[in-house]
Amino acid sequence: MKTCLIVDDSSVIRKVARRILEGLEFQIQEAEDGEQALDMCRRQLPEAILLDWNMPKMDGYEFLRSLRRLPGGDSPKVVFCTTENDVAHIARALHAGANEYIMKPFDKEIVEAKFQEVGLI
Amino acid sequence: MIAQDFDYLRRYLKERSGLVLSADKQYLAESRLLPVARKYHLADLGLLTAQLRAAPNGPLGGDVIAAMMTNESFFFRDKLPFDYFKVRLLPALVAARSREKRVRIWCAAASTGQEPYSLAMILHELGPALAGWRVELLATDIANDVLEKARSGIYSQFEVQRGLPIQQLVRHFNQTGDVWQIASDIRGMVTFKVFNLLNDFAALGVFDIVFCRNVLIYFDQPTKSGVLNRLGRVVAPDGYLVLGAAETVVGLTENFSPMPDHRGVYVPKAARVMAPPLAPEQPRPLPIPRVIAGGER
Ligand SMILES: C[S@@+](CC[C@H](N)C(=O)[O-])C[C@H]1O[C@@H](n2cnc3c(N)ncnc32)[C@H](O)[C@@H]1O
Repeated sequence: MKTCLIVDDSSVIRKVARRILEGLEFQIQEAEDGEQALDMCRRQLPEAILLDWNMPKMDGYEFLRSLRRLPGGDSPKVVFCTTENDVAHIARALHAGANEYIMKPFDKEIVEAKFQEVGLI
Repeated sequence: MIAQDFDYLRRYLKERSGLVLSADKQYLAESRLLPVARKYHLADLGLLTAQLRAAPNGPLGGDVIAAMMTNESFFFRDKLPFDYFKVRLLPALVAARSREKRVRIWCAAASTGQEPYSLAMILHELGPALAGWRVELLATDIANDVLEKARSGIYSQFEVQRGLPIQQLVRHFNQTGDVWQIASDIRGMVTFKVFNLLNDFAALGVFDIVFCRNVLIYFDQPTKSGVLNRLGRVVAPDGYLVLGAAETVVGLTENFSPMPDHRGVYVPKAARVMAPPLAPEQPRPLPIPRVIAGGER
């Protein structure tokens, strides 16, 4: 079973995402912000990360940049999942090493399609 | 809607579009056709059917047919056929057509345009390999409303997230508010046209690749066979037919056979010619078993 870390400050979104990803046979971990997520990644890198942009403490963009500098930090597939839906944000995320990008609101089909796209399923 | 009217509608749809509407789908007909009745200021579906009987070839008929169609489509639907198109079918044709430098592609049930635009994006990205080539991409559908949307090239945030890799979205679309419009250079590669698959294909000419995906599933066996037999006459002997994941030629036509190891791809029977080897910079297809027709070619 592959592991997916869901990073979002909204417990509602984490719950929705957890349900979808468990349905796709992922083992789920959750973090409320970038800092917590980075701590978890330092201990063990997941295969996939579903990442919000705006979060307290450390935002998704900063987290991604720090993650990619960790040893082995280029291995997790990172899928942004955010209301930052403009092309400038998307371009920045890709530049920082995001693999895919989901614009909220999203549904199960979109998550599935994007995870398929990056080869996670 | 009374039973007689529903029966008439079912017959009308079958004859005019091939669509088989099963007897238990009356609720579907009612919910889809009420907006059409409203558009024509007809108080109920009885009046709509009466008008259809009186003028079966009028514009109302077109709207009735369009309203009953399932138009769902996604970019790069099922992924694999588009990978084959890019790394196998197209390179083989580029090699085979290196003298005439011309490729003709037909999307025969194009709906809202995701399929032809997916192909256009692939062709666009192959740019240099096709420099100096005439690439024709014809996209047809029986329904004009979906083609209007296709022509506009405008898609919702939901639509661009199903199957379209984010890199392609950024590269080929312009964002306006919360909708996305495919770039004009990609739009300009596709010609959209109303065309009914029940009609004769001869006037369309010969194609190197035909995508006819997720439309045969709505037809009965004789209609499927009819379409496939007629496609046999417009797909080049060394061309390809691509069907949807739930569709096949097996048991329906003698004109095509499945291409080995390429799910969903079919080749004209007994008319394959050996393609010359590809130029090194192009993706190399695996060897494709090809038969030389009657030993004459
Ligand atoms: C489900 S869509 C398929 C779209 C696309 N090929 C795909 O696979 O995503 C089916 C389309 O077939 C069209 N269609 C149905 N009957 C047809 C006919 N007789 N001639 C041409 N198009 C037809 C419908 O209008 C609809 O847009």
